[in-house]
Amino acid sequence: MADTGKRDRGSLRIDTDECKGCGLCVEACPPKVIHLSDELNHYGYPTATYVGAGCTGCGICFLACPEPGAITVLRLAHAGSSAAKAEMSEGVGR
Amino acid sequence: MSDEVEMQYELAQSRSKTFYANFDRKDELQHQTHYCPGCGHGIIHKMVARAIDELGIQNRTILISPVGCSVFAYYYFDVGNVQAAHGRAPAVGTAVKRSRPGSIVVSYQGDGDLSAIGSAEILHAANRGENISVIFVNNAIYSMTGGQVAPTTLLGQWSTTTPGGRKAENEGYPLHVSELLGALEAPVYIERAGLGDNKQIAQAYRAVRKALENQVRGLGFSLVEILSPCPTIWKMSAVDAQHWVRDVMEKTFPLGVIRDRTKEAQPRKMPEAAVSTSEIPQLLGIEHEGPAESHAAPFVRPKTTNLQVRVAGFGGQGVLLLGEVLAEAGLDAGLEVSWLPSYGPEMRSGTSNCHVRLSDEAIDSPLVVRPDVLVAMNEPSLHKFYESVRPGGWVLYNGDAMPEGCDRSDLQVLARPFMQIANQLGDRRAGNMVMLGALLECTGALSQETIDKALGRMVKNAKWLELDKRALAQGRELLRESLKEVCHEG
Repeated sequence: MADTGKRDRGSLRIDTDECKGCGLCVEACPPKVIHLSDELNHYGYPTATYVGAGCTGCGICFLACPEPGAITVLRLAHAGSSAAKAEMSEGVGR
Repeated sequence: MSDEVEMQYELAQSRSKTFYANFDRKDELQHQTHYCPGCGHGIIHKMVARAIDELGIQNRTILISPVGCSVFAYYYFDVGNVQAAHGRAPAVGTAVKRSRPGSIVVSYQGDGDLSAIGSAEILHAANRGENISVIFVNNAIYSMTGGQVAPTTLLGQWSTTTPGGRKAENEGYPLHVSELLGALEAPVYIERAGLGDNKQIAQAYRAVRKALENQVRGLGFSLVEILSPCPTIWKMSAVDAQHWVRDVMEKTFPLGVIRDRTKEAQPRKMPEAAVSTSEIPQLLGIEHEGPAESHAAPFVRPKTTNLQVRVAGFGGQGVLLLGEVLAEAGLDAGLEVSWLPSYGPEMRSGTSNCHVRLSDEAIDSPLVVRPDVLVAMNEPSLHKFYESVRPGGWVLYNGDAMPEGCDRSDLQVLARPFMQIANQLGDRRAGNMVMLGALLECTGALSQETIDKALGRMVKNAKWLELDKRALAQGRELLRESLKEVCHEG
């Protein structure tokens, strides 16, 4: 990510073991910052990959994705939103 | 992105808490659903889960799974689950809702299930205005069975049973279920949504949530039909299938609200029952509840029995017969018994297993999830069920020694080449009876007399009966010897 001092409004985490490479998130993403990988995962699927910058945190890819937890969408926290940070550090990783 | 940067972000959209953390249907792939890439079911599952989260109703939701690709919904949703016979979900949902009025009942059905075999159930549930929410997933074809024509198949659409395309003269017109139900008086809310693009998906979610919310408010029958892609059977890429929903399907099935009386509807009140349950015997002139008194000598039950056994092996090893003899003998002994042969839908490679329960008390479920005794006739079966055996339980394994990794210290084990031992007695096919003998000896559950009687009914050939009896005795002997060995070692 180019460090311009200004953060993207959103970010993505993609579980490559859960992704089946259908490409619906690639199609759904308004700023077009998701693409399918060249490498295949353990099960033989190409996987959704975040290009690393430009996510607006709109969450549409999450709605379009058929797998329960393949995509996690993050949004830039407002200053002082410590509850959100606490929740994140507890709940995200599986 | 480094963790440091990520700390500035908070969760916006993530895995719903209404889904189980692990999907334990398979040994592997515990994080994935079983749906094909790009399947609409996954998207709609997430909508239902999210609506349940947002409404805070996880603990009182009861999901009725249908027959179809979504038959396994109960492996994914951490709510109450009932799996109904083909098409009967609205009838089962009616019963659940009426017997548990506080529950939130979601009937999740496909178009084969709801609009073909279950067309009567949905029609009458809607006509009664049952206070349930129906999610109707319409992909215009029978997908799980390989792509046969459905009532909802579009005119001209290919299916394996309409290879030249559906023709109105031969197969009729696409059935518009939502419009049909919209002609009834009782339904409160009916909407058709789609998964054709982002806008449609967002609207579909709002509709699903509204259907559930109506039930929480007690308003009555709500149904959301969702046009959903099936890339596999339509033979398209996931993205093309999505576009096909928007560009083609929607022309036959226009999206939109068909009925919405949520604003003016009042919470439904169920009429009071005419008589209470306790009054019924009196009304029927029955003086005593329960069985009539008997003048015969009171039946003395044997010592307390609650035995749960899992028998597993290859087909042809006598897995099912072993279980049957045990259950039949249990019946003779006056016990409650259950015997359940078990085949998984994708386990067609010749493995076989059965669940047997013997108990003094009524048996709640024929499933044996935590066996007291595991009879494993081959190594894959041993590995599959080894961890499920109750602490203090027995494992009888057909092999020279326990394989690596099977070393629980809280189990008692008898590993012997039972089939070879049976071969020395006369026929390896009696190996199951040697194992049954060992089982009877280690549990002490039934007398030899009752076993002989049951065996006599099931094995007609005198030569085999004689061999089986010797095999049983040999099995008992093997177990007694092994216990002596343990004593000496100890």
